[in-house]
Amino acid sequence: MDYKVVENYYVGDNIYYIKIEGKFNAKMGQFYMLRAWDNFPLLSRPISIFEVEENYISFLYKVVGKGTEIISKLREYDYIKLEGPYGNGFEKVKGKIALVGGGVGIAPLYMVAKELENCDAYLGFNEEEIMLDIFSKECENVFTTKGSTFITDILDVEKYDYIMVCGPTPMMKKILDMANETRTRVQVSLENHMACGVGACLVCTCKTHSGNKKTCKDGPVFWGEDVIL
Amino acid sequence: MADLKVNLCGFDLKNPIIMASGTFGFGKEYGEIYDVSLLGGISSKGLTFDKRQGNDGLRVYETPSGMMNSVGLENPGVKGFIENELKDFSKIDTCRIVNLGGNCEDDYIEGAKLLSDEDFDIIELNISCPNVKYGGMAFGIKSEVARDIVRSVREVCKKTLIVKLSPNAEDIVEMAKVCEEEGADGVSLVNTFKAMAIDIKNKKPVFDNITAGLSGPAIKPIALRMVYEVSKSVNIPVVGMGGIMCAEDVIEFIMAGATCVQIGTANFVDPKIGEKIIEDLKYYMNQNGINSLDEIRGII
Repeated sequence: MDYKVVENYYVGDNIYYIKIEGKFNAKMGQFYMLRAWDNFPLLSRPISIFEVEENYISFLYKVVGKGTEIISKLREYDYIKLEGPYGNGFEKVKGKIALVGGGVGIAPLYMVAKELENCDAYLGFNEEEIMLDIFSKECENVFTTKGSTFITDILDVEKYDYIMVCGPTPMMKKILDMANETRTRVQVSLENHMACGVGACLVCTCKTHSGNKKTCKDGPVFWGEDVIL
Repeated sequence: MADLKVNLCGFDLKNPIIMASGTFGFGKEYGEIYDVSLLGGISSKGLTFDKRQGNDGLRVYETPSGMMNSVGLENPGVKGFIENELKDFSKIDTCRIVNLGGNCEDDYIEGAKLLSDEDFDIIELNISCPNVKYGGMAFGIKSEVARDIVRSVREVCKKTLIVKLSPNAEDIVEMAKVCEEEGADGVSLVNTFKAMAIDIKNKKPVFDNITAGLSGPAIKPIALRMVYEVSKSVNIPVVGMGGIMCAEDVIEFIMAGATCVQIGTANFVDPKIGEKIIEDLKYYMNQNGINSLDEIRGII
């Protein structure tokens, strides 16, 4: 379906923010397939939901190719197609929670911060720190790193009952290794190239201890102990 | 009012739109988005006798007007399909086609035997998958190799049998003729084109398998030509496919001689493309005074 763009701007660290008008009912950690063109590029772009408000939905996205470049050029009153929401989303948990995001991986964590209690945010960036004020409103503490200091360096896994992670694979892998030594349970939001978005084409398969799973349909969120990175 | 019905190998299809194998799962995923029973048919995810994990590494890559995939026939195996998927698949009120691949001749034979008594309509024999190391397309290159497979499967297969051909065949017309001679009830063409992409930054192929299958609008003119040539050369129905994105593309394939068509990559552009193409096709036919697809089939 076509929806109207309300805002679309660069926020830093090669990440953009787009706000779209409409009524949406989605769970934290789900994604939509976005496209702002007719036929080409052929595939829509799977983007995690950043926030759902009463009359709006917003996304953070990184410009990496032709599709996201086209989206980055949309202006107010332009139209964009959204299909979804797809995927399972984060499981609701109670306890002390660390939200760990790397780069654009911070996107799906904001809805978690808004919905769940007792969250600390750990946000890692390459060059610029972004969205700190927004996360600060919803989280008890916000920790950040940039450049060659990794967010995993300042995370004390043992302090938390749960960790929700989204970001580069080495970062997620490191956290799974760290959590393996403690009682902390981890939910990871995986990113993968997708085509259909609904679980039919199997191009986004990921490996788990119970066999191949579809990142789009069985995920993108998996329990850390299940997934093989 | 335009009548979209077509007859495929004795089966009355509501319309000529079949969803292509590998792009539509077993129908249930898209069934959550629209009523897939309105489709003319569904071809299942390609099955092999044994369960397959599929290929490692990147599995999809976009190209101008197309996409490449290297899924490698990940599937639950024939037994897994019968145990876990067939019940729902059989309930879909449309022509139900099961796509059957294999690693070796015995795989095809045993798979066809097991499937023969199950509740669905047609077996589509896949001798054309370019993404598996053994079997797959290897059976779809040389006509005489294909002859052996089709003959062996025909002997044990009680179902209506369609053979899915590869555009990489040495001679696709000869290939289709061989299938007809060996008792195939129809042919479907074309599967993806064997293709390649290189990651120049990292100086390596994009896909672990080096090559992958190219589909989408980029291949449509070549697929159309092949459907045209094959349609003129055999007396069994031809199911056309290759980059069909809209109702006008469907009309082209029917005019080239196809009985009906399969839609693949377009499902990824618009998840409701099947529903849309059927409506657009009806509109096109009404606007152009075409009462039945029989009026335009093979007119080129």
